[in-house]
Amino acid sequence: MSAIAFPVPDAGILARRESIIAGLARLVPPQALITSDDERRPYETDALTAYRRMPLAVVLPSTTQEVAAVLRYCREEGVPVVPRGSGTSLAGGAIPQEDAVVIGVSKMNRILEIDYANRVARVEAGVTNLAVTGAVSAEGFFYAPDPSSQLACSIGGNIGMNSGGAHCLKYGVTTNNVLGVTMVMLDGSIVEIGGAHLDSPGYDLLGLINGSEGQLGIITEATVRILRTAEGARPVLFGFPTSEQAGAAVAAIIGAGIIPVAMEFMDKPAIEICEAFAKAGYPMDVEALLIIEVEGSDDEMDAQLARIVAIAREHGVSTVKESKSAMEAAAIWKGRKSAFGATGRIADYICMDGTIPTGQLPYVLKRMDEIVKGYGLRVANVFHAGDGNLHPLILYNCNDPVEAQKAEDAGMDILKLCVEVGGCLTGEHGVGIEKRDLMTFQFNPEDLAQQMRVRAVFDERWLLNPAKVFPLEGRVAA
Amino acid sequence: MIVHTPTTEAQACAVVKSVVDSATPLTLRGGGTRAGLGRPAQAASTLSSAGLTGITLYEPAEMVIAARAGTPLALVQETLAERGQMLPFEPMDHRALYGSEGEPTIGAVAACNISGPRRINAGAARDSLIGVRLVNGRGEMIKSGGRVMKNVTGLDLVKLLSGSHGTLGFLTEVTFRVLPRPERLVTLQWSGLSDSDGVTLLSKALGSPFEPMAAAHLPAGLAGDTARTLLRLENFSDSIEYRGSEFALLLGEYGVPERLEGTTPTELWRDIRDAAFFAGSDEAVWRLSLAPTSGPKAAAAIARMVPGARCFYDWGGGLVWLAVPADNDAGAAAIRAALKPLGGHATLVRAPDAVRAAVDVFQPLAEPLMRVTAGIKKSFDPAGIFEPGRIYAGI
Repeated sequence: MSAIAFPVPDAGILARRESIIAGLARLVPPQALITSDDERRPYETDALTAYRRMPLAVVLPSTTQEVAAVLRYCREEGVPVVPRGSGTSLAGGAIPQEDAVVIGVSKMNRILEIDYANRVARVEAGVTNLAVTGAVSAEGFFYAPDPSSQLACSIGGNIGMNSGGAHCLKYGVTTNNVLGVTMVMLDGSIVEIGGAHLDSPGYDLLGLINGSEGQLGIITEATVRILRTAEGARPVLFGFPTSEQAGAAVAAIIGAGIIPVAMEFMDKPAIEICEAFAKAGYPMDVEALLIIEVEGSDDEMDAQLARIVAIAREHGVSTVKESKSAMEAAAIWKGRKSAFGATGRIADYICMDGTIPTGQLPYVLKRMDEIVKGYGLRVANVFHAGDGNLHPLILYNCNDPVEAQKAEDAGMDILKLCVEVGGCLTGEHGVGIEKRDLMTFQFNPEDLAQQMRVRAVFDERWLLNPAKVFPLEGRVAA
Repeated sequence: MIVHTPTTEAQACAVVKSVVDSATPLTLRGGGTRAGLGRPAQAASTLSSAGLTGITLYEPAEMVIAARAGTPLALVQETLAERGQMLPFEPMDHRALYGSEGEPTIGAVAACNISGPRRINAGAARDSLIGVRLVNGRGEMIKSGGRVMKNVTGLDLVKLLSGSHGTLGFLTEVTFRVLPRPERLVTLQWSGLSDSDGVTLLSKALGSPFEPMAAAHLPAGLAGDTARTLLRLENFSDSIEYRGSEFALLLGEYGVPERLEGTTPTELWRDIRDAAFFAGSDEAVWRLSLAPTSGPKAAAAIARMVPGARCFYDWGGGLVWLAVPADNDAGAAAIRAALKPLGGHATLVRAPDAVRAAVDVFQPLAEPLMRVTAGIKKSFDPAGIFEPGRIYAGI
């Protein structure tokens, strides 16, 4: 695949590579600077593996001050910078370019402070999402956003992309769970935004930074909200003869005043793929599956489930399967959370991430199927049903360039469909390079120019993650 | 005083364009009930949202509502209530504190990020605001966000507008996510606790699995002769019974709580939400946001330096409402000095214009952040026409 353009590398920077590396070597210890071909190669892409570019150099600082020194240097030298957490972006948010220095925060992986009384934890940006929960789980707490890549993805990357997860229906996404950050600005200034308190004075810079895709600065530390774990949690499988019935059941559950902690949808192809991998006991004789999770004491979960089951029955549910043990519950989630990986075992795939108004679900499912079939391909659907965040997986063979191009084209058609029905291009993965050129479908030139003027306040020369988010043409400065 | 009252977005754009060249400042106005927020701003003309009213979208099954900015907040709340839903963040009504009249608008709730006691659990207005349409200072219509609750497409300008107090743009339409109304509300009340014991109790409760939706402490003399420590539970009726009992067990060392239900606790929480205990006095009123366990420490430090200070706590201790004599700097120097070692920030919510013009109403920002703030203002409003000086001098 080569549909997405990269800027032409700056020949002047490439020619100065040796002197730039020498300059970086003066700022960080030798083990923090990666310059050889072999060692740079793991950084040439992220989870959007169809695109690769070898970076000029990779720096892995251990302190905020080192990040500041490297950023200040890159700005003075006019060298682009690509910030990187764990490199799990599905949107290509961390893919470098030949004339850029990658600054990775993976070595900054300390939990700095846990304050249970105030329900916050302060962590370095390279700490993985799951490690935050791991650090507080013995005391019965957890960090709520739970992207499927949570074992690997970093808090810094989560903030950069405003990551979501299966449980954000109740607990919100990253921007609702981060109270403060330490950020290094491009000129090397180190700023503290927010803290252990709520709501900051002045403009909501914290809200702006969440989801800014590494274009405003580099996050080195974060203060995140930790929550007390519910007494119990129980995922239940609801199988439906049609997707429409499953969609209607979701609407009716919400309409009845029930907000389950998660409501996940899988269509038949997704069920088959995930069951073959996870042996979660998913029903195979249904067209659509909802995983609905409730929380609370045993009695509370029984009561809430009784309400949900009654609604599901009104909407023609054909199978209801409760997890009877913690192992069964874990298997149910393993199947769902490994959907992407399991799909990768049977075919190459691209994963889309549009969001739609949930009322449009039956129409969008039908249209997506038509779109993908029109390209002669197959699609498996998993998505967050409560909030309309779709994850169609378009299956293709990456060794066939024609098919690869068709898959990408089908994906773009699906995202345009999401925007047409009142939704958006990306619900939780970010724009990255993947959806950059579709931004004009969602935003008119004035909308985009306003965003770009705000961006330029932080980076007037477009050095921070420059090939991402905004179309390469028509960029504006402050 | 010229008052522009556009009835369409195109008219609003035209009004802004007509003043850009002369850089004539505009005061932005909703219902006018919160005009005392921020630094006193002077403008020859007013741009009012009074002509932009009406709910434009309400999908209960999608938990989303959109309304033109001038729509009365009360209409939005009534519309939601008819379908058993509500705004998640319990927005404060400033009329009691300011003695103002008129109808609060949904646009001002967004523009000023107005939340209430539920903020501790359900997030602020900014967390539920998912879409805005606005006229920027160039007279252009701009949209950000949309009507779906998961959306990371592009820079989140929605957050910038929320809490911008009109300095970045004139909101024409706002979209919020909403939540089901709980089946039942019960308030648990412990009496006679000190501030620090009360806040410790609230911290234990908020760190429990039983999800209090609001947590406040009222020192003695504010709402009765004894101190009151309050937890509000919102849930299905059977869960309320269970969780109420669990709280009584968990917090048994503080005595047996009284269970309040019905209009009395509803009015009490409304007074907490609106800081109504300070209504009608001539004191200056501050709002301190800090880590919850720091709340009583800050209040004690301030009480030593500012004679006559009185306070109460919301957000589990993390929001301290403080009333002090309104003379001199209204305690600004002492209050901000007390916060320095503790973190957090202080906002002067009510004081005579002369005081609000002389002291920093909002906590001053570090130099690089002030530079960014000025840059963002310029990126939206290059001629500086919207509410100049409302949040910071020169912004």
